Order: sequence, then structure tokens, then C-alpha cells
Amino acid sequence: MSAHAGDPCFLTAAQMATALVAGEFTSEELVQAHLDRIEVIDPLVHGYLHVDAEGALAAARAVDADRAADEPLPPMAGVPVAVKDVACTAGIPTTAGSAMLEGWVPPYDATVVARLREARMPILGKTNMDEFAMGSSTEHSAYGPTHNPWDLTRTPGGSGGGSAAVVAAYLAPWAIGSDTGGSIRQPAALTGTVGAKPTYGGVSRYGIIALASSLDQIGPCTRTVTDAALLHAVIGGHDPMDSTSIEGPVPPVVGAASTRDLTGTRVGVVRQLSGDGFQPGVRARFDEAVQCLRDLGADVREVSCPHFEVAMAAYYLILPSEASSNLARYDAMRYGSRQGPEGIAAPSAEQVMGASRDAGFGDEVKRRIILGTYALSSGYYDAYYGQAQKVRTLIAQDFAGAFEEVDVLVSPTAPTTAFGLGENEEDPVAMYLNDIATIPANLAGVPGLSVPVGQADEDGLPVGLQVLAPATQDDRMYAVSAAVEAALTQAWGGPLLDRAPALNQREELT
Amino acid sequence: MSALSRDDVAHVAMLARIDLSDAELDRFAVQLEQIVGWVDQVGEVATAEVTPMSHPLPLVNVTRPDEVRASLSADSALAGAPEAQEQRFSVPRILDEE
Repeated sequence: MSAHAGDPCFLTAAQMATALVAGEFTSEELVQAHLDRIEVIDPLVHGYLHVDAEGALAAARAVDADRAADEPLPPMAGVPVAVKDVACTAGIPTTAGSAMLEGWVPPYDATVVARLREARMPILGKTNMDEFAMGSSTEHSAYGPTHNPWDLTRTPGGSGGGSAAVVAAYLAPWAIGSDTGGSIRQPAALTGTVGAKPTYGGVSRYGIIALASSLDQIGPCTRTVTDAALLHAVIGGHDPMDSTSIEGPVPPVVGAASTRDLTGTRVGVVRQLSGDGFQPGVRARFDEAVQCLRDLGADVREVSCPHFEVAMAAYYLILPSEASSNLARYDAMRYGSRQGPEGIAAPSAEQVMGASRDAGFGDEVKRRIILGTYALSSGYYDAYYGQAQKVRTLIAQDFAGAFEEVDVLVSPTAPTTAFGLGENEEDPVAMYLNDIATIPANLAGVPGLSVPVGQADEDGLPVGLQVLAPATQDDRMYAVSAAVEAALTQAWGGPLLDRAPALNQREELT
Repeated sequence: MSALSRDDVAHVAMLARIDLSDAELDRFAVQLEQIVGWVDQVGEVATAEVTPMSHPLPLVNVTRPDEVRASLSADSALAGAPEAQEQRFSVPRILDEE
């Protein structure tokens, strides 16, 4: 047992479920332990935008009562969860990190949230994020940045920095994230946690605040690969309320997560995602992870995906184009903030709209709406949006060719370890380059997972390995990452997160 | 490809109904010019014969039987409205005064 023996917050979600069934503690005790820890630690991390103590405790007590009465319960019943503030939660405020939606309480649950409730998992609260999921550092939240639990002066990545940070700081055993260009995987890499983006259409997006509809996907943020697979199984599967939802079974991800031997598995190292531009400590840990794959029996070879080099440019046309359309709904008429323009006595609806959108949106959201409106405008559509869609085809073809040669692809998840708060604030393109390795998967719709593979020598901060699989073959990325996780955890003598500094003193903020 | 001028940014912001201040226009014009210059490279790789891809899945329209089913009540639909009146969304004037 680790130094945290006796504190249930430090168990994995799977261990919590087992302990609840065994009666070692109640769900109410487990939820209360998390709430107590949130009260002390979250002022340092700022991972939560809203904590629903009352709702979580009520859900926990109901599970405890049913368990005491020997009622049948789902396997994860009583294990609490945090939800990225991008998912609508009936009765719990939902802002997507934007001032536009400050105080908004959705009248319905997103399907993923409904599935968490059906699984009887108490919802601890809503996690911080870059506004409308636009960003790679959580600094674009209207409610202030989240701090990386490994080093509070650094970002946890983004957009889902809140979900990754609360999981890394043991403020929730696991959390829901959303990934449009890396927003689950990059924060997982930067916080030493696990994050999985399922196949496009694998998890319902009904009730998710849309960013770019052809790219968005919902997935799990956890501390272990097994937990990611368990949460994936809870939230995955067909939903008639989402017309892009895949009609088919959830891939066998939970079974895959017990894989320990990779004999016969063909692994491709993407040449375009392993060269210059990656921090030396990231490359060193990645190279070791590739050697680990060989030691586990995998057949590792290099593959080429030449068009990945222009994926970023295509993404930063496609995403803003779709976002500019999706965010047109914030018109100050049906919900969200309404602001009158200054100095106009009886403003028109259009003037109110213009003033409300200027006041309600932050800089990054405005930049992307303007860029997207421009890319879609007459005279530029073919040169920008049209060309980007062609590049998207070429990237999908690169994946198709690579997956004829190998079963999975690997790369570092992010080019650097966690960077300092404020470091990239005034340089949007530098910030965009954080997602260079994660974006191709969103463009092609294939699944990807980030698993910790150690700490960079130069700064001691965590590094992630990204595993990519063909569409609907999500189980392959769980199998490969589970085998790597098991081998590395054994070599380290415990999980990587055990090496993160303890966050138990308020003085640490100074 | 053409550069994005400050006037272009002002025009596009108007189309997107974002009432930018002068200071915002100054800042965004510089940043957006840099971003547009960078995304321009998409023009260099894709040739005419490449089929554009709008979506990762082959999509078919999804329908359901045309039957009445439960939906939001008027009160809950209006609960987040900036202003409501007589069970309706209340909006500012939509016509010019003259």
C-alpha cells in the first residue's frame, strides 16, 4: 500500500467500487471524503467551477440505502464522478467556462450525464475549461485558470484542464472530458493521468455544448487505463438523440484493459510526430516507451503520415468555421447573457446581440468566430474551408494507409511538458501548436488515448504516450496502453502520480 | 492569398454580430493576420482531384416515428431567458424606428 493508505480518495475508481460492495466504507463516506479534500485542495488547483455537495451526498445516500436493502445496483454505483462544464446537468449550473452562460442552469441532462445518473454515480461538480473548449491551457476560462497539481505555477493543459487536474489531485476518482483537437489527451499528458477520446460517434453528444460538430467527442479522464475503460463502458453506446451516434456495441474496452502481453501486435511510430519540435525529455520518455513496447513483444516499425504536417492548418480552418456557426446561438434572446449597448436609448435586437456577444465572449472565442466567419465567407470559402476539407481527406487516407501496415500508431501526446501560466497567452499560434500530435485523430474520427510514460529529465514533469487505433477499434488502444502502464508501473514501483508533490498545505500557493 | 486587413476584421466581426471596440480591432487584426498567414498552407497540398471531407462518418438522416412525446415545459424552456413575457421570449425591438 502507498503512503495514502486509509484515505479512500487515493484508491482507483475500480478499487472504490470493490470496497463499496465489500462494505469497507459507504458511498456517503466516500463522497464526503472527496468534498473535504476539495475544500482544502481546490482553492490551490481551481479545478472545479461548481461543487454540488448536496446533490452528490443525496445520490450517495440513496445508493447506500439500496445497498443496505440488497437492491440490485449497477457495478459502479456509489463511485463519484466530476463532469466537464461542457455537459448540460439539470439543476446544476453549466457555463462552458464562458461569461456568456454565467449562472445558466440547464433544463435537461446531457445523455452522458443521464448515463452517469443511471449508473448511480454521484456527481461531485463541474470542472473548469477553456471558454467553449477553445484552448490548450484552461487559461481562456472566464472564471480564472486551473493550476497543474504537479506545479501550481503551470497550466494543466486544456481545454479540459479542470477534469485532468481534479483527477490528478485526487479531487475526483475520474471525470468526463470532451476532445475536439486534444482536450482530453493533452491535459492527461500534462498532468500524469489517462485520457481517452473514443471513436467519433462512440459516445453521445446530446446535451453537450457544441464546439465543432464534426470533431467533438466525449470521453473519460482517469488515473488508470482500467478506470478509463470502465467509464467509457458506462457512457458509450448508441443514443437515438444524437444523429451522429454509432449504432453498434461499445468496443470490448474493459476486457482489453487487462492486456499485459503485446506479442504479435504491430505498432507504428509516426515519423512526422516524433522528430524536431518535441522537448528532449518528451522524446527521451517516448523512446523508452517504444522500447517498452518492443520488450512486451510488439512488432514496432516506423510509418509515414506525410499530411499530418498540414493537419494543424486544416484544423484551424475547420474548427473556427464550425464554431462560428455553432456559437451563433448565443444571441442574447433565449438564454445566456443580454447586455444593452452603451449610450443607445432603445437599442434594436441586432445592437443588443452585438453588444452581448462582445461582452459575453472572451478573446480566443472572438478570434475563432471571426476567423471562421472569414473562412466561410463568399470569395474565401474555396481557398480556406474547401481546401481544409481536402486536406482532411488526405489525413484520413494517411491513417487508412498506416492501419493497413500496423494495428495501432504511437506518438508523444504533446510536444512539451506543462508550460507556465501566461507563457503562451499573447501568441495564439504558439498555443495552437500544443495540439500538433492530437489533432489528426479528430480530423479522421479515429480514437486516441494518452497514458503516462514518465517524467522529463529537465523539469520532472509528466510525459504522455498517445496510442491511436482505427475507427471503432477502441479496444486496441486500451490493450496497448494497459500493457505499457502495467510494465512501467512495475518498473517505477508504483503509479507515476505517487511522485507528484503532496498538495496538503495552503502555504503552497505562495 | 490576400492578407486580412483591419477593415476586413471589422467587416467580418459585424457579420458575426460581435461589436468590437477599437482596441480589440487593433489587437485582433494583428493576431488574425498572423493566423491567416499560417493556415494559408492548406492551399499548397490539396489538388483539384482530392474529394473534400466534411465529416468522419458516412452520415444518413435519422428520423423517428411522428408521434407526440414529452418535451420541455414552457416554464423550463423560458427559465434561462434574459426576459420573458406571457410564456414567450421577450426580445428588443426588431424594426428600425423610422
